[in-house]
Amino acid sequence: MTYIAKPKFHHPGLKKNELGYTHRDYEGKISTLCAGCGHDSITASIIEACYELSIEPHRVAKISGIGCSSKTPDYFLGNSHGFNSVHGRMPSVLTGANLANRDLIYLGVSGDGDSASIGFGQFAHSIRRAVNMTYIVENNGVYGLTKGQFSATADRGSKSKKGVTNTDNAIDLVAIALQLGATFVARSFSGDKTQLVPLIAAAIRHKGASFIDVISPCIAFNNHAGSTKSFDYVREHNDAVNRLDVLVGREPISVDYAPGTVQVVEQHDGSRLALRKLDADYDPHDRLGAMTFLQKHAAKGQIVTGLLYVDPDAEDLHTHLDTVETPLNTMDEQALCPGSAVLDKINASLR
Amino acid sequence: MKPTDISAPDYFHKVVDCQWACPAHTPVPEYIRLIAEGRYSDAYMINWKSNVFPGILGRTCDRPCEPACRRGRVEDNPVAICRLKRVAADFKDDIKHRLPKPGPKNGKRIALVGGGPASLSVARDLAPLGYHCTVFDGDPKAGGMMRSQIPKFRLPDSVIDEETDYILDLGVEFKGGQRVDSLKQLLSENYDAIFVGSGAPRGRELDIPGRKEAGANIHIGIEWLANVSFGHVDKIGRRVIVLGGGNTAMDCCRTARRLGGESVKVVVRSGFEEMKASPWEKEDAIHEDIPILNYMVPVAFKHVAGKLIGVTFQKVRAEYDDKGRRNLVPSGEPDETIPCDDVLVAVGQENAFPWIEADCGIEFDKWHMPKVDPKTFVSTNPKVFFGGDAAFGPKNIIWAVAHGHDAALSIHKMLSGEDINERPLPEVHVSSQKMGIHEWSYDNDISADKRFKVPHRDKVVALKDIRAEVELGYDLKLALGEAQRCLNCDVQTVFSAPLCIECDACVDICPMDCISFTENGEEDDLRQRLKAPSPHHDQALYVSGDLKTGRVMVKDEDVCLHCGLCAERCPTGAWDMQKYLIDMVQAGSTCQSKARSAA
Repeated sequence: MTYIAKPKFHHPGLKKNELGYTHRDYEGKISTLCAGCGHDSITASIIEACYELSIEPHRVAKISGIGCSSKTPDYFLGNSHGFNSVHGRMPSVLTGANLANRDLIYLGVSGDGDSASIGFGQFAHSIRRAVNMTYIVENNGVYGLTKGQFSATADRGSKSKKGVTNTDNAIDLVAIALQLGATFVARSFSGDKTQLVPLIAAAIRHKGASFIDVISPCIAFNNHAGSTKSFDYVREHNDAVNRLDVLVGREPISVDYAPGTVQVVEQHDGSRLALRKLDADYDPHDRLGAMTFLQKHAAKGQIVTGLLYVDPDAEDLHTHLDTVETPLNTMDEQALCPGSAVLDKINASLR
Repeated sequence: MKPTDISAPDYFHKVVDCQWACPAHTPVPEYIRLIAEGRYSDAYMINWKSNVFPGILGRTCDRPCEPACRRGRVEDNPVAICRLKRVAADFKDDIKHRLPKPGPKNGKRIALVGGGPASLSVARDLAPLGYHCTVFDGDPKAGGMMRSQIPKFRLPDSVIDEETDYILDLGVEFKGGQRVDSLKQLLSENYDAIFVGSGAPRGRELDIPGRKEAGANIHIGIEWLANVSFGHVDKIGRRVIVLGGGNTAMDCCRTARRLGGESVKVVVRSGFEEMKASPWEKEDAIHEDIPILNYMVPVAFKHVAGKLIGVTFQKVRAEYDDKGRRNLVPSGEPDETIPCDDVLVAVGQENAFPWIEADCGIEFDKWHMPKVDPKTFVSTNPKVFFGGDAAFGPKNIIWAVAHGHDAALSIHKMLSGEDINERPLPEVHVSSQKMGIHEWSYDNDISADKRFKVPHRDKVVALKDIRAEVELGYDLKLALGEAQRCLNCDVQTVFSAPLCIECDACVDICPMDCISFTENGEEDDLRQRLKAPSPHHDQALYVSGDLKTGRVMVKDEDVCLHCGLCAERCPTGAWDMQKYLIDMVQAGSTCQSKARSAA
């Protein structure tokens, strides 16, 4: 743990975004995680993505549960709204907040324990309800805070730091998210920011449930030989299906790639995703294909990363519920609670 | 790029910008840390060893270190290195017992011509080794231009006395009031070596109409300053014009203000910005109500019945040719005559060696300067060495000190029967500063304070007394605040590629975006691909060997705060903070034959 505050000085030539902020303006407090933690790189990627999108910090709500991963919202976007909820309950708190104020950008930050064990049900329902959010799981395969027991995402056959082999089957959160109807699904690696930053930016711009599973090595308890979530293992077995560039505004897409290798996806809000295909056969609009692809490659021991599925015309919970455009938190009492006469009328209509 | 060779003594030396810029290579961050710890005597001794005159330089140095200071690239102003040096001198205890003792005589005799900083530095280095050093000076006391030309309100006599005495007390013989008139004569006295540190003693003339006729009220700046210094002159007319834009001109105008000059003006040919005077000296002059008028070329002294009444100036403007050279061309405005009672001419200094006879074996170049080897400081006569302003024309005290060290080393080598061209490499010490997991032996918490101003004496009081020192120096509270602004650039970031697991922790934590992991390339290409812009190409890139992913680590040294966060956040110890100390070789250094030991 670092005891000094990160100096306020920054590089004098640092670029500013449209709002006049440098990426340093999107930082939070200094991290108290172990040195080298993958989560800190995810933090840096979130900072970079928000800086690049010129997001106003006060328009973001960052919500988390419990665990190493859930501590990280303290380390980025120091001027945003935040809620550190009960273990595994981030999705329901986020859903509630989203219903009350649909105007904010919701960033759910969770870990493999928080989302694949105690909060597995919460995770599942927020995805299937299509809450408009970016749900990031910082996935290291171990319970770091309790000294390195296998978590539910640890692969069967992988070894703990003490040499114990995991005999349980792993939950693949990406597969579950696809199955439950998430409309933006990606997997990435904390050690590859060129891939991760655009994925986070695209997910933030996506309307609907965006899910990103980020493999994030735990330096203290899961970065040894025999682990399938170590820096070395992930680098050796990483099978990236595509590379992504996020384009906001009208600038033309620079085509310096071989023709036919770039696929442009226009999202609901006008942002465009330029996908450079690395795997010629991979189609990120094919949910079923994605699921099959994942299973096949998992069987070969490969970790598929990239933008795995996107539905650019997705709808979200508010559309499904046909809620009003005005955020509930800006309505007055009269509008929110029109009185018993109106209630009687509704009840009568249901008889 | 090839992996950086950090074992080359110069690599980390350059990172310590202040020390690299200092002609004497004073270990600046090291003594600033000692000041912060309250160890003023220790800080003084580090200075004394390398720059010989900490108290004097702490008031008068031209401070090449400060424009180089990294802090000046990080925020508005560099650390006040020079004035912190004065703090060490002001607050030290009696350090006499820590000075070297005169060594047992080795029978060798050295003559030193001139008692200024260059000669005294040579004597300081040689006397403890047993050489019998004899210093000759035309003035009664040692110090040379430090005593004669620098006004007492900037540098009190007591400071000069103290620091020249430290040297003379090493058994150095000082022959005051004995100007050397003949090198031939000196050579005939069979000294084993002669060092010429006679300075640049002649003020340049300004030969324009009226110079002779009005001569009684036209004074050459450095001569006039010396006369003031020795009490021969104690007043000047009410209206004074100072011609020239260097530091001597600034000393002249401020001295004139104290001797009765109510309306003192400095007039310079060039623009205000191009003036040779240090910015802070210009500021001090302006603060004392002295206007500086620029782009005015003096064309005539006006006089009536042998009495100066004013100076006429032609107005000019700067024009630049296609090679960027500046020419001053008449602006077409009418000439202007400024009335005055006295003029001080401070338009430059010249070397003069009328006392060196043609048959002494000393060759001169076409500018009438002696031919001196810039490394060994030997002249064409192998027994005669030059240093300070006498060697390469007017510079400043710290250069004279640096020359003195090098010349002393040459003399010592020559008289030990060694080749003076073989210069031993400095010794380098590099040691980890790690004390605990996140604990360092230096204070790595970066102070955000702006540069602290040095308190000045009240202007009304200061202008009344020519001997009242204007700058009061930092008190201990201000000194501590200023010392903590130092970025400890000598505590180096040392990277070990085999230990790195490329987790990006250092990249993420670095407050200055100094560190990038990227594919290797040529330097120009690499500088384009770093995490932050890299505008200062004189600042090195620290490039590692190949890492596991085939990339390399590239660190732009430019604005690194040396906060050590890269090392704190590194899980494998691939980064470490290591203090780099370089021991410049001086005459009598213990390990002269040993090359060096770098980590």
